[in-house]
Amino acid sequence: MSAALDEAPRRAWLSLRLGVFPAMVGGLALAMLYAISAGRFDVPWTRIIEILWARAWDLSGNPEAMDERIVELVRLPRVLLAAMSGAALAVGGAALQGVFRNPLVSPQILGISQGGAFGGALAILLGYHGVVLLGMSFVFGLAALLLVGLLSHINGRTEILTVILAGMIVGAFFAALVSVLQFIADPNTSLPAIVYWLMGSFSTATWARLGLAVPGMMLGLVLVWALRYRLNLLSLDEAEARSLGVNPDRERWFIFIAATLMTGTSVAVAGVIGWIGLVVPHAARLVVGDDHRRLIPASALLGAAYLVVIDTFARTLTAAEIPLGVLTALIGAPVFAVLLRQHFRRAGAG
Amino acid sequence: MIGITDASLSFGALRLFAGLSVDVPRGRTTAILGPNGRGKTTLLRAILGFQAMDKGRRHAPSIVGYVPQHGASQVRLSGLEVVTMGRAARLGLFGQPGPEDAEAASAALVQVGACHLADLRYDRMSGGQRQMILIARALATGSDALVLDEPTSALDLGNQSRTLSLIAALGRTRDRAILFTTHDPNHALAVADDVVMMMPGGAVVQGAVAQMITPDLMAELYGVPMNWVRPDGSKRRIAMLPEFTGKDAL
Repeated sequence: MSAALDEAPRRAWLSLRLGVFPAMVGGLALAMLYAISAGRFDVPWTRIIEILWARAWDLSGNPEAMDERIVELVRLPRVLLAAMSGAALAVGGAALQGVFRNPLVSPQILGISQGGAFGGALAILLGYHGVVLLGMSFVFGLAALLLVGLLSHINGRTEILTVILAGMIVGAFFAALVSVLQFIADPNTSLPAIVYWLMGSFSTATWARLGLAVPGMMLGLVLVWALRYRLNLLSLDEAEARSLGVNPDRERWFIFIAATLMTGTSVAVAGVIGWIGLVVPHAARLVVGDDHRRLIPASALLGAAYLVVIDTFARTLTAAEIPLGVLTALIGAPVFAVLLRQHFRRAGAG
Repeated sequence: MIGITDASLSFGALRLFAGLSVDVPRGRTTAILGPNGRGKTTLLRAILGFQAMDKGRRHAPSIVGYVPQHGASQVRLSGLEVVTMGRAARLGLFGQPGPEDAEAASAALVQVGACHLADLRYDRMSGGQRQMILIARALATGSDALVLDEPTSALDLGNQSRTLSLIAALGRTRDRAILFTTHDPNHALAVADDVVMMMPGGAVVQGAVAQMITPDLMAELYGVPMNWVRPDGSKRRIAMLPEFTGKDAL
């Protein structure tokens, strides 16, 4: 009975879904175009296409005109870095949510971001930048995740509530360690560097920085993409997954390492930008459903577009740049609150 | 084909089984029978290798068609997608299910008579519908060993009958080894060849259904007397609850 009634809207829904990915790609392209054109020096979007078109045919020459320099040397690397970071953070969140079978976890909730922040801050304090900073962000992000895994594994079981609590403990611990570093940092040199870096910003984006970030993020994205069907299986009950020939204990770690690689890299190049990994996958799930074969690309596209837009707001809303973490938290916290209520209401009803 | 040898498991002072050997050969259906909380599911999990034992060996094919009691409960995928998951072992870490996997999944759905559920969303299905999908998923693994955890306990009478008739048919159409848990002796009588009975107090006895499911043993197993009746034209007796007058209670 209900099957027949469902049929018509279901078809409409399906056709809508088929058009969803072209729409997302288009949305991302528009967001990037808008981001490149907006700012104190306004570049019309027709001119942007002209500049990029010319550059595509001649990669050797140097930009000369003012608008060429702004587009090619300032805004394009910044927009690309924001898009890459947004995609990486969102995909990392979506993958972790699949593995933990819970839409409420994210790199930030699990303490990975704070661990990465400590690693990065330590690197700055010791006078390192570039690859070392990136490596330390990754290593301490992974250390935080390991600690959460150890803390929440009780009697051979990992309860989701314990994971979230352990994540908060580990996150708070690393946040305190970051404060310790700030306390002992040289107030004239390393302290401001640490503080500005932690606030989260793409204002220092250059082609070199983009080149530093791309390998780690791409590696993480490709790994999660390759494991997209495995994620469907990993989101089953543990015994069930094992009976289907999956080894959850081992395969989970591919996802953990990929998520940490993406989060750590993004923290290294742009500081801590919270909430993306929580809010974006949830929005993507509303549009394309739970199947990770659709959810992962949808999270990547939405995350990229979201962070490009947020970053553009951050640098155009006021005369001074607003820290990105502030904007994403202002949107993310209320969304998380709604999610939490929905989740426990559904769990209570089921 | 699937089972354990000389196995023991206790939780503190509570002994679930000791020195127990169970084997379900090809072509036989075995029921694990016992009261609630006696450890039927734990024994099943031990046989599947999901529960560590104090002692003993297990033998099973590398892939077993397993039907959990509450499977995939939060999964918002179509029925066909859930059945296709049964092909996971053939896919490898980075594999994606292809047309031949979808075909195998559809064939499994045909086998359980649930084609109409292919496009329905799993999380919106009734308990009986989910049961059919999970059985189809176990069949899609291609394994000839089928293990079902309480396949009938959450179902209404109609769906109990459908599930049991499906189990009987699956046992007959191919040389499968089928193992399931139940707390209803009638369900063991209906489809099983052999029965493993988990008695109160830690003992486990087993044998052919006809010898084991007797009024005396059942009274001992469940601790209450039951009426045994032989329906007209039937060769076997079934257990019925006695008529309650209300005078014996309290």
